[in-house]
Amino acid sequence: MSAPRLRATPLPGIGVQYDLETREHRHLSVVAHRDGTRTVNMYRADDPDSCAHSLRLTSSEAGSLIDALKPSHHSPSLLYTTDLGLVAERIEVAATSRWNGRVLGDMKMRTETGASVVAVLRRAEAIPSPAPDFRLAGGDTLIVVGTREGVDAAATILGRE
Amino acid sequence: MHSAVLLIEFGSIILGLGLLGRFAARFRLSPIPLYLLAGLAFGEGGLLPLGASEEFVATGAEIGVILLLLMLGLEYTASDLVSNLKTHYPSGLVDCALNALPGAAMALLLGWGPVAAVVLAGVTWISSSGVIAKVLGDLGRVGNRETPVILSVLVLEDLAMAVYLPIVTALVAGVGLMAGSMTLAIALGAAGLVLFLAVRYGRLISRFVSSDDPEKLLLVVLGLTILVAGVAQQLQVSAAVGAFLVGIALSGEVAEGAHTLLSPLRDLFAAVFFVFFGLHTDPSSIPPVLLPALALAVVTALTKIATGYWAARRAGISVKGRWRAGGALVARGEFSIVIAGLAVAAGIEPSLGPLATAYVLILVVLGPLTARYTEPVAMWWSGRREARRGTPEPAPRKTEAEAPVGD
Repeated sequence: MSAPRLRATPLPGIGVQYDLETREHRHLSVVAHRDGTRTVNMYRADDPDSCAHSLRLTSSEAGSLIDALKPSHHSPSLLYTTDLGLVAERIEVAATSRWNGRVLGDMKMRTETGASVVAVLRRAEAIPSPAPDFRLAGGDTLIVVGTREGVDAAATILGRE
Repeated sequence: MHSAVLLIEFGSIILGLGLLGRFAARFRLSPIPLYLLAGLAFGEGGLLPLGASEEFVATGAEIGVILLLLMLGLEYTASDLVSNLKTHYPSGLVDCALNALPGAAMALLLGWGPVAAVVLAGVTWISSSGVIAKVLGDLGRVGNRETPVILSVLVLEDLAMAVYLPIVTALVAGVGLMAGSMTLAIALGAAGLVLFLAVRYGRLISRFVSSDDPEKLLLVVLGLTILVAGVAQQLQVSAAVGAFLVGIALSGEVAEGAHTLLSPLRDLFAAVFFVFFGLHTDPSSIPPVLLPALALAVVTALTKIATGYWAARRAGISVKGRWRAGGALVARGEFSIVIAGLAVAAGIEPSLGPLATAYVLILVVLGPLTARYTEPVAMWWSGRREARRGTPEPAPRKTEAEAPVGD
């Protein structure tokens, strides 16, 4: 089983294009734009030079897709333990969320859902075990640990406008 | 209350441009033609001559040109340019011959003399990388095999600008042969030196400019660029070329950062530049040059298609891709106006500005259309021709797909 070869072509002013030929001789390419967005291209059978589909993804969409494409993939969770039934997920606080600017204690997440916030990722730093008086800001990512149902409920609470 | 009038006028201009841009986005047009038209509508012989903000707009326009060229330089790394020059120089030469000559011929036909001929040659030669990149994205062709060919032609044109602009600057300034050669030698020497330094020591230059704080990065890059542009202007080289070389010299993370920071500034001042150009063109001077502009647009649209076709054939792209490459290259835009602006500022030929304006207006609208429809039309046409001859159409040559190599 040889590793497929990814050919890179620079596209000056746009970015870099990576081409992949699959084992079924289908041609696939990804254009990495300089602003972090990606374009995934599939080619037409009757004209191998031109794209049949060209799909533009933002960098976060591309990140989610990468997660799904990984062969070792189980779930987007950081801590996946089937036997214990616990999951940990990253949930983002949207700028439009009602919790933007409020303290963590107001959310009563643990009381309501049984899930707890174990860390907050803010820009380049991680804040472990935030206290109830920790003030949230739009764009923060919370690491929430709990049961599947609990984490889903927590995501619903966090999503409130 | 001079300053109040200035603020009111300038504010109205910017607001008007913003609304025009939204209008353009609704019809998926490039906003450039609308900015030009807005400039035409006001100013000389227009509806409402501007008073107080004239000088401010003029300075803004100059900064606009500098930023346009700086961003162009930031798009490319020096190694991009050098490798493109090595592999694709024949396409660049064909591009220059096919597209610059019609412009020069038209100027001579109109009896404008050699200097105007050189200027108009540049106007018809340089495609608009901004418009083309956007059109490719809109049509979902960024991943097509002919796209690198299109881009390489654009890169070579932009590189040629670094040689061409000093020549034009010297010519329109009316310097003698001796002084002109000196200027050109300085410009070429500087361009060569910057390319060499950027390939060799790009990291060091970028480290000098680099800053973690966006604010300081913005100030350093902008200050450096405007300073170098000013020095270049002083040496009679052309401010635009100085800015372009600064862009080339910056690479890696700094270029990325500067690109993000300066994009909005570029958009603002480039828009001001287009308006300024329109302001200085009397709308009543356009109808007399409309016919030559239209003829020139048709001829140079066809020659651009031929250029793209040839360049793509050289790269081994199939027939359909060749037509697509040709059609994509037709759009002219910002740099044609920049070149014409140099001549207008020097007062070379009064009709040159209106001609360039009309020409760009036609092609900036036509370009996206040719990009879209050249291939289907060409295919339909060749299909009909084959049908009339009663011979089956030859299958397009399949290009060898690279087999995956095991390791």
